[in-house]
Amino acid sequence: MMVRYRGGEGMLAWAFHRISGVAIFAFLVLHVIDIFLVGAAPDVYNTLLTFYATPVGIVMEWLLGAAVLYHGLNGLRIVVMDFWPPLTRYHRQLWYLVWLLFLLIGIPVTTVIFGAFVRSLGL
Amino acid sequence: MSSARYSRSGRVRPQGSGFELAVWYLMRLTGLGLFVLVLSHYLILRVLYDPAEQTASWIAEIRWSSTFWRAFDWLMLTLVLFHAFMGMRVVVSDYISGRARTIALSLLYLLAIALFAMGSMVVFTLDNVVPRA
Repeated sequence: MMVRYRGGEGMLAWAFHRISGVAIFAFLVLHVIDIFLVGAAPDVYNTLLTFYATPVGIVMEWLLGAAVLYHGLNGLRIVVMDFWPPLTRYHRQLWYLVWLLFLLIGIPVTTVIFGAFVRSLGL
Repeated sequence: MSSARYSRSGRVRPQGSGFELAVWYLMRLTGLGLFVLVLSHYLILRVLYDPAEQTASWIAEIRWSSTFWRAFDWLMLTLVLFHAFMGMRVVVSDYISGRARTIALSLLYLLAIALFAMGSMVVFTLDNVVPRA
C-alpha cells in the first residue's frame, strides 16, 4: 500500500478508495445472498432483516452508506482526472471538494437514519 | 512527461487497445452508472423508507410487482458485479503473486458467476405472491 504514493492527500484518497471498495465488496456478497434467500428461504431472509434493524445493524448500514458515498464521490474525482488530465494538478482541491460534498450529503442522511432509530425507541 | 507513469488518480490507463484497456474504460463507465443506481437505491430503501418493513413478502408483492424495479435491480446487479469483481481483481493482483494469485483469481471469478446466477434467478423468477413466512 505504501509503494505508489509518497504520502499526502493523494495517497490517503487512494487508500480510502481501496478500503471502502473492499468493504463494499464484502457487503455486496452478503446482499446478493440475502436477496437470493427472499426466493429460496424467505423465513431466513426475514430473520436476517431483524438483525439489520438492531443498533449494531443500523450502525453498520450507516458505515456502509458512508463507504459508498466516499467511494462514489472519489470515483467521480478519478474519472474527472482520468479524462481531463490537466485537472490532475488540482487533485488535492478536488479531494477537499469530495469531502465537502460528503458532509453536505452525509449529515442530513445521518440525521434521518438515526432520527428514525431514536423515534423507534420511543425516546 | 511523467504523467504516463505516475498518476494521482486511479489505475494508470493501460497502453495499447486490448482487454486491459477495455476493462479500464468499463470500470469508469460502470462506476458512473453505479453512482446513480447505488446511491438512489440506498437513498430510497434505507433513508426514505424503513428497511424493517422490507420483508420477503413486501419484496415479492410490492417492490417487484413492477417490471421497472426488477429491470433497475438487474441492471444494478450486472454493473455492480462487474465493477466489484474487476476491482477486487486489481486488489488481489497487487498483494498476491504466482500460483496463489491464479487460485485467488479463479475463486473470485467462480464467486462472481455464482452471485450473478443467484441474483438473476431471484430477480427473474420470484413470484409476486410467496407463501407467508
